[in-house]
Amino acid sequence: MTTNLIIGATSAIAEEVAKLWVTQNPADNFILVGRNTDKLTRISGDLKVRGAGNVEIHQVDLGYVESALACIEHILQISPSIDRVLLAHGSLPDQNICASNTSKTIDEFTLNGVSFIAILNELAIKMTTFGHGRIGVITSVAGDRGRKSNYLYGSAKAAVTTFANGLRIALQGSGVSITIIKPGFVDTPMTANMKKGILWAQPETVAKKIVAAMENKQGNVYIPGFWMPIMFIIKHIPDFIFKRLPL
Amino acid sequence: MTLESWGRWPRVKQDSIQIDDLKNIPWAKNKGYVLPRGNGRSYGDSCLSPGGTLLVTTRLNHFISFDRETGRLTCEAGVLLKDILDLVVPHGWFLAVTPGTQYVTVGGAIANDVHGKNHHNTGSFGNHVLSFNLIRSDGQEYLCQPGNPWFAATVGGLGLTGIITWAEIQLIKIQSPALITETFRFRNIDGFFELSDRMDKRSTYSVSWIDCVASGRKLGRGIFTLADHANIEAVENNSKTLSMPITPPFSLVNKWTLKAFNEIHYNAVDDINIDIQHYKPFFYPLDSILNWNRLYGPNGFLQYQCVLPNEAARHGIIDILKAISDSGTGSPLAVLKRFGDHPSAGLLSFARPGITLALDFPRTTSAMALLDRLDAIVRDLNGAVYPAKDSRMSAQSFRHFFKSLDEFMSFRDPAIHSGFSRRMGI
Repeated sequence: MTTNLIIGATSAIAEEVAKLWVTQNPADNFILVGRNTDKLTRISGDLKVRGAGNVEIHQVDLGYVESALACIEHILQISPSIDRVLLAHGSLPDQNICASNTSKTIDEFTLNGVSFIAILNELAIKMTTFGHGRIGVITSVAGDRGRKSNYLYGSAKAAVTTFANGLRIALQGSGVSITIIKPGFVDTPMTANMKKGILWAQPETVAKKIVAAMENKQGNVYIPGFWMPIMFIIKHIPDFIFKRLPL
Repeated sequence: MTLESWGRWPRVKQDSIQIDDLKNIPWAKNKGYVLPRGNGRSYGDSCLSPGGTLLVTTRLNHFISFDRETGRLTCEAGVLLKDILDLVVPHGWFLAVTPGTQYVTVGGAIANDVHGKNHHNTGSFGNHVLSFNLIRSDGQEYLCQPGNPWFAATVGGLGLTGIITWAEIQLIKIQSPALITETFRFRNIDGFFELSDRMDKRSTYSVSWIDCVASGRKLGRGIFTLADHANIEAVENNSKTLSMPITPPFSLVNKWTLKAFNEIHYNAVDDINIDIQHYKPFFYPLDSILNWNRLYGPNGFLQYQCVLPNEAARHGIIDILKAISDSGTGSPLAVLKRFGDHPSAGLLSFARPGITLALDFPRTTSAMALLDRLDAIVRDLNGAVYPAKDSRMSAQSFRHFFKSLDEFMSFRDPAIHSGFSRRMGI
């Protein structure tokens, strides 16, 4: 029986991944970590109706690294084994507000960057003793190059991507695999205020690709795949042009 | 942003917010209007809020409970019928009523009191709803059950009485995902009535396609289909999903393609045919073509569904078919079916005893004029037109079709408006 740990379980993408996992393997156990108890309870109920075995919920504000770590340590202590982990929490900070507010900048970087790194480090320590497991880390295409519209979010995601990639290689041979997932624009409550267009994907579609990528132990994956060539171009646009682009 | 309904017309500017937190519903910003919306599959403007804000329920998509013994299912209002079927069919349960697409939400199915091919036996969706929760813009919350006035106002109430947050429905038992279908060709409209009178009661599901291009002695010819849940073992769903990736610059449904399509469709079947089918292609043939609504080109299309009382049905349907045939415009998806006598649960429910005819047309000026003529026929015969599919009927016709409107109005939520409610002046 598989035990799935989902951190940021109320995110729309994470919810869809959980549904796919329980559909593939009814009777899977779930450990859901998030901030909103009401939503965690609703999701837990949904997974049980879909056939899940044991579903635990843990309420914690992942923006506070100490409490996030305490929560993860506690979970790792009481769980005999963890087979799959998805790190999916985060926020989309308003760059304009953060640009003039340093403490908010630090808070957002902590939530979207530091807490991921802390949790990943802790997971790696414990999961290598299990000798198996798959970890999916949701970062973003925004981490590929700093842009004036969201360099705070982008830099936090870049830190996570780089850290997770190094860790992925360090864990080779340990039985623990890491998949770094870079979604583009996804139509979720997090992006409710943005204008939607042709590049947008639905959380259900993104979730399907995440499940497949983790299953196949892929290292890095852009979702949808068309973001790979797009980001290749964006990364290689010379600075004198890039700084004139309205990105 | 500009959004459209499934009919792709009208296209109106409005905001859209996904409701995620039931304790904190974003009712009117700056005293503007809102409209609860599910998956946006209504064809007309009942799921649009021009100048207002849509409160989209598609993230209220959690199951709450499912009793595998009794077939009672409780879920949030944004759960799709598809999700319900995928969950319950393997356990031997099925929706008591399903419309022609599985991509509608439970809340939307209640708000439009949708019906299916088994109406002659089991009534419409609202007849199988055990309870639901309704939240009003003034913060009041009602647990609604059959017999309760809020229940009757909200079933078929087009979302205008508040937001449905969750619902409990009764499912029906099945032995297998398969259906046994029987089809019979009929040579004219009298053939339909003869088959329907004789055979409807025999089967759970009954529906007919008619060739609305045919005229003269062939007027109203078509194919009558009966179906029942089978008790054989599993059958595969072999249907493939196709997609209409772009909107063609003109409607692919036009005079010439229609005549050819109808001729081929009518002649492609034997006089009598028996088959076994998976439930998905039987109930949801169009769901396997994603974005099929683009077939009609950039102007979108008009759906029209009316019901005529039994005593007036035969000559009413003939008048309607003649009017269509005279107009030179036609409908590839002309569907005829008998509604049963089961009283509908809602004050504004569309389904009532009689014969219902559903049509769709590319949106042209001649089609608009034709539909006004059809409204007049339906009014004279004391029938009704389906609001869920409408984007053009007059307020006067609407009042004529829905006699309980005044009673309904005392349950209106003043913060809610749709394109439809404004057009109807309600």
